[in-house]
Amino acid sequence: MNYHWNWGIFFDQVQNGDETYLAWLISALGWTVAVSITAWIMALVLGAIIGTLRTVPHRGISFFANAWVELFRNIPLLVQMFLWFFVVPELLPKDLALWVKQDMPAKEFVTAAICLGLFTSSRIAEQTRAGIQSLPRGQTNAGLAMGFTRAQVYRYVLLPMAFRIIVPPLTSELMNIFKNSSVAFAIGVLELTFVSRQMQEDTSQGIEVYAAVTLLYFICAFAANRGMALVEKRVQVPGYIAGAH
Amino acid sequence: MIEIKNVSKWYGQFQVLTECTTQVAKGEVIVVCGPSGSGKSTLIKCVNALEPFQQGDVVVDGISLSDPKTDLPKLRSRVGMVFQNFELFPHMSITENLTIAQVKVLGRSSDEARDVGLKLLDRVGLTAQAAKFPGQLSGGQQQRVAIARALSMNPICMLFDEPTSALDPEMVNEVLDVMVQLAKEGMTMMCVTHEMGFARKVASRVIFMDHGRIVEDDSKEAFFGSPRSERAQLFLSKILQH
Repeated sequence: MNYHWNWGIFFDQVQNGDETYLAWLISALGWTVAVSITAWIMALVLGAIIGTLRTVPHRGISFFANAWVELFRNIPLLVQMFLWFFVVPELLPKDLALWVKQDMPAKEFVTAAICLGLFTSSRIAEQTRAGIQSLPRGQTNAGLAMGFTRAQVYRYVLLPMAFRIIVPPLTSELMNIFKNSSVAFAIGVLELTFVSRQMQEDTSQGIEVYAAVTLLYFICAFAANRGMALVEKRVQVPGYIAGAH
Repeated sequence: MIEIKNVSKWYGQFQVLTECTTQVAKGEVIVVCGPSGSGKSTLIKCVNALEPFQQGDVVVDGISLSDPKTDLPKLRSRVGMVFQNFELFPHMSITENLTIAQVKVLGRSSDEARDVGLKLLDRVGLTAQAAKFPGQLSGGQQQRVAIARALSMNPICMLFDEPTSALDPEMVNEVLDVMVQLAKEGMTMMCVTHEMGFARKVASRVIFMDHGRIVEDDSKEAFFGSPRSERAQLFLSKILQH
């Protein structure tokens, strides 16, 4: 192998700049985390709502929720990024479109977070629905028989159990969101993938650069995994064995 | 207290209840029995509107269920129900199971709800389990908690939907004992059960159902003495053999 190793590259100055590549990578990691966490919060809230609506016995509501899920999960994430970035602003009313294109702060970041949040919300909605539907029907009846309204049955009986049941798939989703956030490079968010490509082009030290980026993504996803394992332990119900009913 | 008037119900084309009519007076204990698929569980679930019906009416304490203005959650909060599979809320401790509806539905303070709940827990002999979770209790214990949970709402009547069918045999009696005691205290009860010993002990009347119809509706003496329909005779001869 005729490769010129240079692990010191991270401490070199960025071309046309006064920071090191290491500082560049750390800032990129910050954007990756920011996009991921913002999208995650959106996805969790919207996914829980849409997933719940999918189980409500009302045609109009469940049609809306189904349409949501199918829309966001049947289009590739990369294409969705481009749609939000290039197409959606064109469809807005004139003044708003102008503001989005010219003045919206952190335009790339906001677009990427919304796009990734909505994409992931459709997946979390599916898991929420599956979690709710995995509960015995008698639980709903028991709640109703106590005098709960349907909303209260969801609030106190179904959702607390459904969310406990879906912690494992949610863990995968949180790990995915960190990995999927790499697609945001395509619309110019200065996150890890974007910066690593730039750094590789500047320095031609591809192995070092991608080794570092790989490690950083791995740490993010692994931290997400460990964090969710703690959540799983915390919300565990004493004596409850899933499916034993 | 409970009037069931000409209730018919269909699942699509299939008729599950056909013109069922009966009533339960205050303080009466009615046992509903019949072969599986005869519609007894469906009928009892019509009483608190857990199952909708297409024809007829059910009137509970003077309130008609088919009246669209009826506040169903409020009505259900006054009718206690116990299920075959207990249906305690698995993520709540026993105490929380006993108090949540008192607080969220009846608006009691959590201290008051706790007092009521723990008193009832003592009554079913499970004070020691207050801090445990449903999954840590035996089936019989869970069902006793479920009865206490229903009673915590101070119901005007109680519905039991095969309360002992999911229990191991040695746990059946601990649940029946609680039910017998409740009956003796004058609680109005409608029980779907095959426990004929229980029926003999406390039932005011026995209803026998077959194919969605009420075939017999008689005093327990008449029912066990000489059931009129052949179907009921056959049913009794089969379940009383052992």
